Amino acid sequence: MEVLRPFRDEIKAKSLIDNIKALTTKPVNIMEVCGGQTHTILKYGIEDLLPENIKLLHGPGCPVCVTSLEAIDMAINISLNKDVIFCTYGDMLRVPGSSMDLFKAKALGANLKIVYSPLDALKVALANPCKNIVFFAIGFETTAPANAMLILQAKKLNLKNFFVLCHEVLVPPIIASLLESKESNVQAFLGPGHVCSVMGLHEYEHLVHNYQLPIVVTGFEPLDILEGIYACVQQLNNNGVRLENQYTRAVTQDGNIPAQQAIKDVFEVCDRKWRGLGFIPKSGLSLNSQFKDFDATIKFKVDNLDIQESKECISGEILRGLKKPYECEFFGTKCTPLNPLGATMVSSEGACSAYYKYRQSKLTASP
Amino acid sequence: MCLAIPGIIEEIYMQDDITMAKVNFQGIKRSVCLAYLTDINIGDYVLVHVGFALKKLSHIDFINANKLINVDSELN
Ligand code: SF4
Repeated sequence: MEVLRPFRDEIKAKSLIDNIKALTTKPVNIMEVCGGQTHTILKYGIEDLLPENIKLLHGPGCPVCVTSLEAIDMAINISLNKDVIFCTYGDMLRVPGSSMDLFKAKALGANLKIVYSPLDALKVALANPCKNIVFFAIGFETTAPANAMLILQAKKLNLKNFFVLCHEVLVPPIIASLLESKESNVQAFLGPGHVCSVMGLHEYEHLVHNYQLPIVVTGFEPLDILEGIYACVQQLNNNGVRLENQYTRAVTQDGNIPAQQAIKDVFEVCDRKWRGLGFIPKSGLSLNSQFKDFDATIKFKVDNLDIQESKECISGEILRGLKKPYECEFFGTKCTPLNPLGATMVSSEGACSAYYKYRQSKLTASP
Repeated sequence: MCLAIPGIIEEIYMQDDITMAKVNFQGIKRSVCLAYLTDINIGDYVLVHVGFALKKLSHIDFINANKLINVDSELN
């Protein structure tokens, strides 16, 4: 029970683990979608508590990790304009572009401002009318309502010095794309809890229907993860597939309707390139025609980059569930959080970074 | 970046026509936009992502969620 001490309810955790063990008779691969879930799994050593024939695969749900190399290069390019203040989440600073990261751009003179919320970027724009302010709008559906409100407010305030570099991505198309790939080895998904707080469950019901595999929308605490895994294993054992909502305290059937409306008002669905995964049709959001004046790619003419990703980094295979971080020959040697070769080593929610932080000592200790 | 964290609403105010709140996250106070929630009052518990409240939480869910979250690393 020692290892279960950090769990909120040790007895419940033990009983869930026993139930999972009793039901798992054949090998099963379960993919968690969110980087936050990956972080919990590694932090609490959840895979070690499960039967050996359950393999947890770490999917493409960390927005920092999947932001394309082209978007990072565009960000660096824009930030190096003398009249620009470039606003970004701190996580993006160390993400490697093709020749440098934003941190290096700062050393070269870029004026970077770290923000906690998109609305902070608006304050920067109001306080600096003689500068062009650019916000790096990355994220999944959880973040899209915040970015939408930022743009609605910028329009309402008639800001002429404010722009966004938009790299919004969507979860359902990437799940569909993973499942349509011939190499797919996923038998069940832990669905993205906070994305579903915004979007509700309908899109995930369609995925279950179309691909006939269990999806359990799951929270971020260790007990949530165990409950999600148990629900997946139960469904696989009963040969029945359905959408389940484990994270009822934060997710309702319809989600947050005003937030969904704001997303519809500001964005349109577009094709998007994902780091490590390539172009996925209809997997992103870009500004719709009413808000193109705020599009930083138009203002700074940085669109249409096409950059080859490094062959060294295998994060694409990790995000597709085909490999684990420790199978990368550079893991923990040439690639560390201080000197990352790929984006999955940068964000605390990236799989490589989580393995480095929580598993490095175990991995180096084992033969 | 995909995480949302729980906090308590301490003050509600208007800013540029949108409803905002001062929210207390384990002692760290931040401005949070309430535009996507209705019927929110001081003392309510909310789940917040990048400065936006996405869902109201019950007292028990707040207490449980609060136990394990490292607010400091999420906010800073
Ligand atoms: S360890 Fe580094 S190089 Fe290897 S896959 Fe992860 S990010 Fe890429």
